[in-house]
Amino acid sequence: MTLLKSRFALLSLTLLLCSSLSHAANWDIDQLMHNLSLSRSGHASFVEKKTIALLDQPIESSGELLYTAPDRLEKRTIKPKAENMLVDGDNLVIERGKQKYHLQLQDYPELAAFIDSIRGTLAGDRKALERTYQLSLEGSAASWTLQLVPNNARTQQVISRIRIAGVRDEVRSIDIAQTDGDSSHMQIEKLATP
Amino acid sequence: MKFTASRFAITVWLIFLLGCGAIISRSQFTADLSAFLPRSPTPAQQLLLEQIHDGLASRLILVGIAGADAPARARISKQLAQQLRQNNQFISVNNGEPVTAEQDHAYWFNHRYLLSATITPERFTVAGLHNAISDSIDLLASPAGLLVKAMLPHDPTGEMVQLLTQFSNSRPPALSDGAWASHDGSRALLLIQTHASGSNTDAQQLAMTQIEQAYQQAAGTHTATRLEMTGPGVFSVKSRNTIKAQVSLLSVISVGLIATLLLLVYRSPTALILGFLPVISGALAGIAAVSLGFGTVHGITLGFGTALIGEAVDYSIYLFVQSEHRQHELWIKRYWPTIQLGVLTSIAGFASLLFSGFPGLAQLGLYSIAGLITAAAVTRYVLPHLLPDNFHIHDVSAIGHKLSRLEQNAPKLRWPAAGILLLALIIVVQNHEHIWDDKISSLSPVSKADIALDTQLRADSGAPDVRYLVVISDTTQEAVLRASEQIAKVLQEQVELGGLGSFDSPSHYLPSVASQRARQASLPAAELLQANLANAVQGLPIQANRLTPFLADVASARNQPLLQASDLHDTSMAMAVDALLIHHGTDWRALLPLTALPNTEINAEHIRAALRSHALPNVSLVDMTQESNQLYSSYLHEAILLSLGGLVAVIALLFAVFRSPMRVLRILAPLAAAVITVTAGLVIFGHALTILHLIGLLLVVAIGSNYALFFERNADATAIAPRTLASMFFANLTTVAGFGLLAFSDVSILQAMGMTVAPGVILALIYSAIFARNTHAEN
Repeated sequence: MTLLKSRFALLSLTLLLCSSLSHAANWDIDQLMHNLSLSRSGHASFVEKKTIALLDQPIESSGELLYTAPDRLEKRTIKPKAENMLVDGDNLVIERGKQKYHLQLQDYPELAAFIDSIRGTLAGDRKALERTYQLSLEGSAASWTLQLVPNNARTQQVISRIRIAGVRDEVRSIDIAQTDGDSSHMQIEKLATP
Repeated sequence: MKFTASRFAITVWLIFLLGCGAIISRSQFTADLSAFLPRSPTPAQQLLLEQIHDGLASRLILVGIAGADAPARARISKQLAQQLRQNNQFISVNNGEPVTAEQDHAYWFNHRYLLSATITPERFTVAGLHNAISDSIDLLASPAGLLVKAMLPHDPTGEMVQLLTQFSNSRPPALSDGAWASHDGSRALLLIQTHASGSNTDAQQLAMTQIEQAYQQAAGTHTATRLEMTGPGVFSVKSRNTIKAQVSLLSVISVGLIATLLLLVYRSPTALILGFLPVISGALAGIAAVSLGFGTVHGITLGFGTALIGEAVDYSIYLFVQSEHRQHELWIKRYWPTIQLGVLTSIAGFASLLFSGFPGLAQLGLYSIAGLITAAAVTRYVLPHLLPDNFHIHDVSAIGHKLSRLEQNAPKLRWPAAGILLLALIIVVQNHEHIWDDKISSLSPVSKADIALDTQLRADSGAPDVRYLVVISDTTQEAVLRASEQIAKVLQEQVELGGLGSFDSPSHYLPSVASQRARQASLPAAELLQANLANAVQGLPIQANRLTPFLADVASARNQPLLQASDLHDTSMAMAVDALLIHHGTDWRALLPLTALPNTEINAEHIRAALRSHALPNVSLVDMTQESNQLYSSYLHEAILLSLGGLVAVIALLFAVFRSPMRVLRILAPLAAAVITVTAGLVIFGHALTILHLIGLLLVVAIGSNYALFFERNADATAIAPRTLASMFFANLTTVAGFGLLAFSDVSILQAMGMTVAPGVILALIYSAIFARNTHAEN
């Protein structure tokens, strides 16, 4: 009897797994993280719109994103000014024109919080994300939104909330609301892996 | 009458010893690098000396904490740093913790309009402001925008970004758990700057002890971690300790060994003690003479003195063994002239060293001359008076006869010996290109393991390896700062062209008064700036009223007092300015250290050409490594010339005495053969010859000449006396014992001398016996 029951459980679990893409009810963070962690690299274009109180109108920038698991992220801004940002582990290199800045993420916790939210999501590293944020998931596998709310005072001083929206294992947009009222919205579109 | 003469001799001797003792008791002893630095330096060498003695790099102690795990190492690093920061022995203790970050930031921010090179009148025109603000807005859009957003209302023209750009060229070590860690993550790193200069060995030793104590406290007793320290000061302390320990150990063993040897020969403790009197007198006279002549006595000179025990003891051996039945008068008549000539040839050889610009060599020369004259004179004039009436030593005639038989057969070895000599000559000639080692590092008493650790920690920490410096000299601080600003422009071009990684300049932190005034004068009055700003933001997504803090900051910067060196106090840049801006007598000097791009070398000629094209006076690029190697290489050449001069002096002396080219040739031939064979031996075993090997060869000639003279002198007589042979044999043994011990030393300089002299004197004796004109053999 017990055996039969557990066999049934196993079977239904398998069925659930197979059909989970269409069953929002069984959709959870672990599932999302697992799916995200399967893609080892990615190439996408982005358009980012920043709304800053200091400025009369939002500023827009665009370019490409390149990601290699687990922690290498490159953001190549093409407009309005060519700029390259490369994060590899704890090292951050920003190139602007002739200038090259080498920074350590640990020295810039505000920046680290931003970058880690994106990197952690792309890598599907729930543990890493939960070090800084409290996670909540909405929607279905076909269209999900992961919300990150800082869990420590230091990050709360800078970020109030991050919303990452996606389709299946692809991140489509990142919305960041800063504590000072400024915000940014980044639209991401997948490109063929180069 | 004789009684009075002996009493007179002994009294003079005792007074002499007391005098030497008095001088030595007031002598200073050192063991730093000073023995290897020039007495009359060129300006570039002067700079090198100052850097070695007192420069920024000389005060650096690199600390590594290895073992255990990263969090444990970081914890120890932080506790260690915290303790040391409270100690005024240390100017700075850096382990990556942001202890001065706030002060540094405040210095840059509060003085940005005096510090930034972009501040010109054009910057504050409508167009200038428009462009600068537009750039800042672009920066806001970038990931780094987050970092500048808060500053923008105060600094819309981005002066802070300009300033930070200048200093972000160098890469600090990686952080691990909030403290610096090596690239491979195996150790925590700290960079410590001592207050005392690197040449103050006592203070450096104290600093090391304090670091060690603080580490013990931070790490606790049961720790899996270990402390590693390196740096110029650490090297000085370590080599001083090594030299000290080695010299005392070698002296003790050497005296013990020679005493045992002599006791076996003499079988008389009285003879042993008396035999050491000339040695002790010679050593005291040598140290006293060096102290009088040079002011300080170097540890290396003492180490060398240890070896000379083996040589000075020879004279008493000759006296005891050669004089039969207390017939000292006869000994003086028969043998003293030969020994005297031997002493004179040694002195002729060493005298040339006195002219060396290398204080270490000159000290050795003076020590040897004073020591040998004293030892010989005491043997000749004092020792015979001290011998008790019942004085006798063990009969050595049995050994003498055995040696005599060997000696008679020695000429049979002429052909094999000639063969070996020819082979040696071929080896020397074939390798003549690379016999000499002309790098100064070959003299360093620092062990290879210590150098490897130093290289490792430097690579990990990005500590300055001050090799290339642009040096600017002038009479005022303002003049050198102005020149630094011009040179900085030239160097910045080189950085942008990719010929240079980065550079530092005191003008980065403390601009010249002229530049500061010019920048201040560029700042427009409040009304004008307000009007310009209102026009400048036209077409930009920002309202002028957002930037009121900017107007206020510029207004206050217009009346800001100009920056002085004292304003840097409490920032991490204070130390840099201190090291890069040097006040020396009536002279001011600015140093601009250059850093190569990773894995590349700086093209010095290229930089020199760039500097020359701007035709700035009193500016030069100094290559420290090349400068020090050149210095040593010039010493080496000088020493080779001096040794040749010494050789000429020896030949001239022998000519003056013998007036026969053939006889002089016969004396010199075995010595030359010994020198060639030893050189070939060193080459075969892969030793490049340093200046100390050369001195060793000179010693082989000086000591060997005694043997050659005995064989030559006695060639006139029917046969060389067995006693004479025995005395030479014993003298040779003691010399080999004394110098042979040096070959086992860890101090490369002493080792070089030992491995040259010990085989050299044995060969000199054997070659002398083989090639002696022995009439009796044919009888």
